[in-house]
Amino acid sequence: MKVYYKATYTYKILRMFFQELNSFITTLGNIALLGLEFFKGLRLFPTSFKSIMEQASRFGVSSLPITLSIVGMTSVIIAMQVAGEMVKQGAGNYVGMLVAILMVREEGVIMAGFAIISMIGSSLASEIATMKVTEQIDAIRVLKVNPVHYLFTPRIIAGTLMMPVVVIVASVFGVVGGAVASNLTSGLTYKAYFDSVWFGLNMHDLNVCILKSLSFGFAISLISCSCGMDAKDGAKGVGIATTKAVVWSFVSIVILDLLFAAVFFY
Amino acid sequence: MGIEVKNLVKSFDKKVILDNLSFHVDDGKILSIVGFSGSGKSTVLKLISGLIEKDSGEIITSGGDIAMVFQYSALFDSLNVFDNISFALQERKDLRGKYTRKELEKIVAEKLDLVGLSGIEDKYPSELSGGMQKRVSFARAIVTEPKIILYDEPTAGLDPISSTLIEDYIVRLKNETNAASIVVTHQMSTIRRTADSVLMLYNGHAVFEGTPDELMEQKTPYTKQFVTASIEGPMNMKG
Repeated sequence: MKVYYKATYTYKILRMFFQELNSFITTLGNIALLGLEFFKGLRLFPTSFKSIMEQASRFGVSSLPITLSIVGMTSVIIAMQVAGEMVKQGAGNYVGMLVAILMVREEGVIMAGFAIISMIGSSLASEIATMKVTEQIDAIRVLKVNPVHYLFTPRIIAGTLMMPVVVIVASVFGVVGGAVASNLTSGLTYKAYFDSVWFGLNMHDLNVCILKSLSFGFAISLISCSCGMDAKDGAKGVGIATTKAVVWSFVSIVILDLLFAAVFFY
Repeated sequence: MGIEVKNLVKSFDKKVILDNLSFHVDDGKILSIVGFSGSGKSTVLKLISGLIEKDSGEIITSGGDIAMVFQYSALFDSLNVFDNISFALQERKDLRGKYTRKELEKIVAEKLDLVGLSGIEDKYPSELSGGMQKRVSFARAIVTEPKIILYDEPTAGLDPISSTLIEDYIVRLKNETNAASIVVTHQMSTIRRTADSVLMLYNGHAVFEGTPDELMEQKTPYTKQFVTASIEGPMNMKG
């Protein structure tokens, strides 16, 4: 009897494992296929400028307040944590450089990525998923319009192009926030802070920052659209698709970040 | 010629949904497909409209566009009625740029008039009742002058009066467009008021094919069970 139960549990665990593996591979495949279809559609460029602008405003304008808040507060926290200690150790001249490098290389992009995933990626996935379960995407197909070109291309283009804009604005905001925090908490002058920023930053950092944010924007919008498109079974399916989009987007930008660090800074 | 379906087979996850199904619908005629939930009625529409691929068999149509009216209208929430109806004319690759704004406005007004809803171009789907949404989806379906119109449970969720109105519009659209139409329905009133012929599906097979009058005569155990809505009979819900 004991052996029977053991075998049953082992079977159940194995079955769950393979189901998860299957779901993982399917999601990966769907994302890749949507990516291919997107690039195929780009060649034809059927997307109207108006719909790209609508999506760009959604990505940029709607996400900016929350992104600025997160990045701004992060930089203030960093400055508050390190400025006092560095000034005491006679390294106050390096505070601006530290905050700026952290913002441009890591925090600005990652925090903006997290903010965009939470606000825009999730809304993108739930919007597409709702369209899928209410047969709106089927209706688009029956009307002989390619849903990838009509729905996804403008969203992916807008997501990819707007991410660097959001990141640059957020990083500048973060660096300025760091200056104010350093000044208020440790008495570091603005001149000393910004001299250190100019000294520490270089074009390579900025180029990598833009490249990284382009790739983050592409990954977030592609994954969100793909997960939304996989939704089935009504409201529950919309919830599952949205969660999946958020989780996959988080994981993907961390992996991309690791790759960028390994390729450009290692 | 309309629609000719020959030996259509479709399975999902090894479960056979349609098994060698054959039927035809002539131009200007309405076929009503009936049967219990899960009998494959909507699958037939999705196969004809090209939303899913068949396993085997043939679907021959007389050419031209195929339109589909969805169970819950499937109007695009983010677009107003004008953009919903003119969607295909504005976004379809072969039609994009073919019509001026004035021409689009004229076409949309004509289609709205046909479904008795003039002057609601600026409204959004959320501002319309279920019956109105359904009629807007009719207008959207016929905007490209289709040769085939497929209706997936067009009266589902509507009150009896709205249902009667929808049934009248189905007949009106058939007369105006001379399209071959298929109406998937559970409702006897829709069958009586719209259909020229009826096909009953069970377990992927056609168990009855005839006129609405022949269906009402209940000459076979299947038609008797369906018309009397009895749980006793050859069709069981598990099947």
